[in-house]
Amino acid sequence: MELIKLLGVLIVIVGFALKLDSILIIFLALITTGIVGGLGVGGLLETIGVNFVANRSMAIFIMILLITGVLERNGLREAATDLIKKVKGATAGKVVSAYAIMRGIFGAFNVGFGGVAGFIRPVVLPMAEAAVKNQGHEAKEEHVEDIKGMASAMENVTWFFWQVLFVGGSGGILVQGTLASLGYEVELIELAAAEIPVAIFALIVGCAVTLVTDKRLTKKYYGDK
Amino acid sequence: MANLKFIQINEALGANLLNMVWVIIGLIAIYAGIKNLLDDENPSRYGTALFWCSFGVVCAFGTWLPAKLSGVLVIIMCLPPIFKKVKVGRVDTPSKEHTILQYKKVGMKIFFPAVCVGIFSLVFAFFSNLSSMVAVTLGVIVAMIILMVYNPSENKPAVFLKESERFLSIMGPLCMLPQLLGCLGGVFTAAGVGDVVASIVEKIVPKGNVNVGIIIFAIGMALFTMIMGNAFAAITVITVGIGGPFVLAYGADPVIIGMLALTCGYCGTLCTPMAANFNIVPVAILNMKDRWGVIKKQVPVAIIMLVFQISYMIIFK
Repeated sequence: MELIKLLGVLIVIVGFALKLDSILIIFLALITTGIVGGLGVGGLLETIGVNFVANRSMAIFIMILLITGVLERNGLREAATDLIKKVKGATAGKVVSAYAIMRGIFGAFNVGFGGVAGFIRPVVLPMAEAAVKNQGHEAKEEHVEDIKGMASAMENVTWFFWQVLFVGGSGGILVQGTLASLGYEVELIELAAAEIPVAIFALIVGCAVTLVTDKRLTKKYYGDK
Repeated sequence: MANLKFIQINEALGANLLNMVWVIIGLIAIYAGIKNLLDDENPSRYGTALFWCSFGVVCAFGTWLPAKLSGVLVIIMCLPPIFKKVKVGRVDTPSKEHTILQYKKVGMKIFFPAVCVGIFSLVFAFFSNLSSMVAVTLGVIVAMIILMVYNPSENKPAVFLKESERFLSIMGPLCMLPQLLGCLGGVFTAAGVGDVVASIVEKIVPKGNVNVGIIIFAIGMALFTMIMGNAFAAITVITVGIGGPFVLAYGADPVIIGMLALTCGYCGTLCTPMAANFNIVPVAILNMKDRWGVIKKQVPVAIIMLVFQISYMIIFK
């Protein structure tokens, strides 16, 4: 009965799908795998200890937190607001795209501006709505709903695909560790370099989809040529 | 690339520097634990302190502790969050007026310390044999010095420590998720889970065709991430079960295949309400009517990105 070894995997899949507490899921999967994998109590504790210590690189974000809050206190968000205000001839699509470009490039340096709650809601949305007004339209509710969706979508797309360029980010470290357990030794900088074409393509596709969609919606809602 | 690395540090010194990094991080976590232990505004002082302190001890001293003892500490660390006993204490969030005032003082040059860490990790990765963790730490130290020079009255040394505690507490125990998942992946491997997954997939998928393997690996990552809502949870299982035996075993480049598998997983993240943080929470924050409003805008991008990445992996494998 080799299949019983998969019980831990099953717990992870079902547990996350049922939205149980994430740490509880991992805890149960650890214990279960230790039992069905025949590691024994001592063996399981030792394996957990060795692997947790080996994965300490994931905690490097705590070092970076030393400056994250202080940067915020010193006006990083205000500086970012001024930076994106420099977009000329703004439409809602252009404002969102400009934010996406800034978000992506700074994401590669592991610098964020507060995400949806901290930046999109207080800065990007008011700017996008103002841009719609500047084009001579009264922003329609449906259009604003679309803009909200597009802005959140670009927030995610650019962060996901650009943050992997940061050498020392948790994604690359996890891949490095997983490959090492299979016997492949790779360097973090090689992993980041492999993602460069993906990141650039993602930004182009994301901005193109945003601009085209916004143009289509503007036509649909306000009848612009 | 190796010939570019003119900054060479001997192994013993490199290892010592790395250990210093873990000790500093561990001490920050222990500080967070003690701060919350003494914080009478925290509704769960002991649970919160136990969580951060046990993590801090494993992190700081894991190099020297016996592995079994580290294992026990990890188990202890997991208990307070499972029983919902890790809480946030007093939080001192800077006011909008305050940050605007500081911005008037510091201005656009705030971007220099902001990108400092990224630049350091990049430069050291190219020109030295130093660990990225040490490079990141040096970047943080330089950024701290720059911030102190910019604004000495505001950025006193203690502020950095207090602010890191504030952010740790906001993030809460879930920030340990990646490290715990990495640990789980290691336990899976030790128990032979990967071999079992591989033997099952083998019955469905013809072994020996790398391109078919790549397509299944990439789509498998996206689908599993959609089900689990977390690409980090998916990648350890799928890489060991599918990526290893069906793609890498045939000599495909582990750098490209291993890394892109993660971003293929991210395509799944873009399409699933399971990734609530990214796809559902924004709907609430922005008062949107359509619960799927964010996901709908992401699906076209995700599909294009998945196709692009599969082609990239097949061409450059």
